[in-house]
Amino acid sequence: MIIGGIDIAVLFASLMVGSVPILLAALGETVVERSGVLNLGVEGMMIIGAVSGFIAAVQLDNPVAGFLAGAVCGALFSLIFAALTQGLLANQVATGLALTLFGIGISSLAGQGYNGIKPPATFALPMGPLRDIPFLGPMLFRHDWVVWFSLFMVAAVWFVLNRTRAGLIIRAVGESHEAAHALGYKVNRIRLLCILFGGAMAGMGGAYISLVRVPQWTDNMTNGVGWIALAIVVFASWRPGRVLVGAWLFGGLMVLGPNLQAAGYRIPVEYLSMAPYLITIVVLVVMSSGRRGRATGAPAALGQNFHASR
Amino acid sequence: MLRLEKRPNPSVFWLWATPVLAVALTMVVGGLLFAALGSNPVTVIRTIFWDPLFGANAGYFRAQLLIKAAPLILIAIGLAMGFRAGIWNIGAEGQYIIGAVVGASVGLAVYPTENRLIFPAMVLAGAFGGWAWAMIPAILKTRFNTNEILVSLMLVYVAEAILAKAALGFLRNPEGMGFPGSRNFSSYPAARNFDLIERTGLHWGGVTALAVAVAAYVLLTRHGIGFQIRLAGQAPRAARFHGVSPTRLVVFCLGLTGALAGMAGLFEATGPGGQITENFASGYGFTAIIVAFLGRLNPLGIVLAGFMMALTYVGGSLAESTMNLPAASIQVFQGMLLFFLLGVDVLTNYRVRRPSGAAKGAEA
Amino acid sequence: MIANSDVSFTIAPGEIHALLGENGAGKSTLVKMIYGLVRPDQGRMFLHGEPYLPAKPAEARRLGVAMVFQHFSLFEALSVAENVALGMENPPKLRDLAARIRAVSAEYGLPLDPGRRVGDLSAGERQRVEIVRCLLQDPNLLIMDEPTSVLTPQEVEILFHTLRKLAQQGTAILYISHKLEEIRALCDTATILRRGRVVATCTPRERSAREMAELMVGASLSAPERTSAPRGEVALAVTDLSLASPIPFGTPLRGVSFTLSEGEVLGVAGVAGNGQDELLLALSGELRSPAGAIRLMGRPVGALGPQARRAAGLVAAPEDRYGHAAAPDMSLIENAYLTAGVRMGLTRRGFIDWPKTRAFTEAVIRDYDVRTPGPDVAARALSGGNLQKFLMGRELDQGAKVIVINQPTWGVDAAAAGAIRQKILDCAARGAAVLVISQDLDELLEIADSFTVLNEGRLSAPRPVRGLQRDEIGLMMGGAHGMEEATIAT
Repeated sequence: MIIGGIDIAVLFASLMVGSVPILLAALGETVVERSGVLNLGVEGMMIIGAVSGFIAAVQLDNPVAGFLAGAVCGALFSLIFAALTQGLLANQVATGLALTLFGIGISSLAGQGYNGIKPPATFALPMGPLRDIPFLGPMLFRHDWVVWFSLFMVAAVWFVLNRTRAGLIIRAVGESHEAAHALGYKVNRIRLLCILFGGAMAGMGGAYISLVRVPQWTDNMTNGVGWIALAIVVFASWRPGRVLVGAWLFGGLMVLGPNLQAAGYRIPVEYLSMAPYLITIVVLVVMSSGRRGRATGAPAALGQNFHASR
Repeated sequence: MLRLEKRPNPSVFWLWATPVLAVALTMVVGGLLFAALGSNPVTVIRTIFWDPLFGANAGYFRAQLLIKAAPLILIAIGLAMGFRAGIWNIGAEGQYIIGAVVGASVGLAVYPTENRLIFPAMVLAGAFGGWAWAMIPAILKTRFNTNEILVSLMLVYVAEAILAKAALGFLRNPEGMGFPGSRNFSSYPAARNFDLIERTGLHWGGVTALAVAVAAYVLLTRHGIGFQIRLAGQAPRAARFHGVSPTRLVVFCLGLTGALAGMAGLFEATGPGGQITENFASGYGFTAIIVAFLGRLNPLGIVLAGFMMALTYVGGSLAESTMNLPAASIQVFQGMLLFFLLGVDVLTNYRVRRPSGAAKGAEA
Repeated sequence: MIANSDVSFTIAPGEIHALLGENGAGKSTLVKMIYGLVRPDQGRMFLHGEPYLPAKPAEARRLGVAMVFQHFSLFEALSVAENVALGMENPPKLRDLAARIRAVSAEYGLPLDPGRRVGDLSAGERQRVEIVRCLLQDPNLLIMDEPTSVLTPQEVEILFHTLRKLAQQGTAILYISHKLEEIRALCDTATILRRGRVVATCTPRERSAREMAELMVGASLSAPERTSAPRGEVALAVTDLSLASPIPFGTPLRGVSFTLSEGEVLGVAGVAGNGQDELLLALSGELRSPAGAIRLMGRPVGALGPQARRAAGLVAAPEDRYGHAAAPDMSLIENAYLTAGVRMGLTRRGFIDWPKTRAFTEAVIRDYDVRTPGPDVAARALSGGNLQKFLMGRELDQGAKVIVINQPTWGVDAAAAGAIRQKILDCAARGAAVLVISQDLDELLEIADSFTVLNEGRLSAPRPVRGLQRDEIGLMMGGAHGMEEATIAT
């Protein structure tokens, strides 16, 4: 199916691929924010995941090791945030910003000497004859495992948050840390685990950028994707299903530009490069207007630190 | 395990000791990092923190220090006002860029007219540009309750795209033989931001920064608006009870930061930078966030912090050229400083206690 | 800081045991130890003869200790069933749990819908959630921390009925309160605490309320003196004031009308969460209304902000000391400027006159006997009672025509509460019109001239206090909220 010179199947396929980094990072951040923590360091955790995943994949010549390394390093990096905000009660907004600034610096330090190298390829999953179904084949069945993993995680995060006791406790901590503490839940420990999960997801999302999307290492290559992921969490009203919708929307808009250019439309490059950010702003405005406070579904204790006083 | 206990009164000692402690910790841990990179940590630390001030060619480096500190201080003071009020403008980089572009456009529009009023008009235009750019998140925040953190940050990327357009398009030097970048202001006396005292690095930006620091200090400690800013950040409900209008506060703080950042951008473009180029933005808008915190969100502290941070820039590039230290390591160093600062800040409001002996007995 | 020292007492199965003491006497710390939230530094506890030292609440719950909190243990955005599940060790599936909640609530006459969001429930219903949460675990020991402060008199009766039934079935109940009449009506034994120590153990039915009060306070108490001033002109007139609540899960104001005259103290009673906070916000100017809905000395002020209303002669004192009435991290001087800047002329051309502000602060500290090292300390460094005295002084000393106060003595010890009430009456005697919103009925009956009730955002017609009966008040307060089902069922 071709509309306006663009092959819809290809567009949708590239949308699914293009949205993976945002989707992973936003899912992780959804869990973090549901537990009442605002970690603005997504961009930093992603770039750390991108560089560490790239290095591991190149060194071990194994893309899976790259994704694992991205997740582990993202989680370790988020540990700094957890230690500062949960242990030393530092301001979450400032610490998140610091995480991003630090992450960009340290990644470009670590990534020296890796510029211009090609990482080992991540192949599509063998789907047998499904690959060749007309239209659906190229659209759905030629993806690598991370695409499927990210979709699985949407369902998993939804299930854990809404159907398990662990999820209930996470939501409770994010609603009122005093009440959770009074019932005997270890607020800061639960939040720590959520932060680590968020770090791992962001790290993996970053690794997908350097290993699949681009695929190579350049300084500061996440280029605001982490911030867009943060915006998606707001857009999604902190719900995993809507995170998927948001990520696909943005993934679609991001791949639409190159597709339009390839189809022969002449769009000035500046407009293309600012489009995702402008659209993010528009979406944020639409989501926030008319609905104030609780109606947006924000966790009540979001961004507040907890200190159990006697 | 150690336990934190809230102090009844914030500690005045730690309020001022924490930045010093953070700098010391950064030197130690940063030294370890440099050692891991294969450099002699003592030499690196000396190259960064000592040589620019007292080593060979110190005169040149001291001027550089002033040049780097001026925009950092200007931007950080505005940011600090906002942070104090709980308004998180993190898009100062964008406001800096737009200020530079708008201000430079005014100057270049009348090129090559010579008139005393051109430079002041450009400064005003720069401030206006930054202010207008900051009004976007301000209006979205007050009208639609949109998160100012995300909007202001997104606008940095948009501003960068506009900057590229300016350098390659509407501000490109018509006599530049096709090279990107605007005319160079050093060859346009009416619009040049020159050294007020030869070779000191003191240009109008530095003078403005110091004046703004003093004015901001007075505003914050003596004036009703300063009280409202502090109150809104510490206790938002008490601020509403006092009669603070959140809308006016958001507009004031964001507008102030935007105007100051825009001016900083203009001073940079017409002075040390010389022209509008694609990579004119150098991250001052982000580094200023560190400066604001390092200065304890206090205008006078920010002046000291601005010089401290300028030192890491100047010393860092010195270490880069003489010791082959990677450029990114300075960024890491600065990030580390912010972490330590946020971490040790706990000492201002909390006491670190060991659990009492009896409780340990109970565990045994 | 030592909250408790050498406290000893015992409770038998089936006994309702009162823990009586003033605010700050150490009751809360004691029960937190029993519930495993705080570890004692010394001493031992025994449960059924076994040594008992819970490391965390989960352990306490496993051993059959359950607790109903005064504050902070429900999650407003979650459902009743989810809230109950969070307080249980091994909750069944939510669907089974919902069935059990229905069963238990029917058995004890505490109707509850497991699917409703807690944020939408009334204060009494919320307490039911907590009680049902405890009952589902078949506790041996049930701890109730100030349970009646959020209930109407009728709801208190129902609660007592439930508690007696539980005691008959063999549950030991530790009942914490400072309300003497309740303890006399309900409890078998009472342990009285003062400054963290046991000062007496007694059988409440055999003692008079006055005796117990003096044991609790450690001094004899004097009732405030009132000199009725002649009523002056109408100072504040509110006409048909309806406003949406800015507070999540708050109560809107619905057609509130009343007048308040010079020299009059009008008491507004009502269970928490029936629009008290909203009424204060509307009067202080934090919430704007149509200009004519609120008239101050005949002048429409509804559209004015807080500072303009202060200038016009209306001051207000919100309930929440930490964060609303005062900025906890700011000094007393700065907190004095917070509301007194306009009326006391502490600003000149936008600049704050700090020396003058300091003088005002010191005067308030002196006049109201505020115990503080000085005016430069942070507000959070003061004890609740002292800070409340300071904040009351800050408003009352401004010579305003109309004074609005929400919960003047909440969480304040008896001596300080008495002093504050006396100062309020003094203000009325000099001709100020005072509106006191309180959940403490005794307090209102003591100081108010006329009496009205806020129920679900509606204000009843004011009546003179003299000759008012308690059960009448109870009915004005809405009887027992949401209990119609129960009355039919029994």
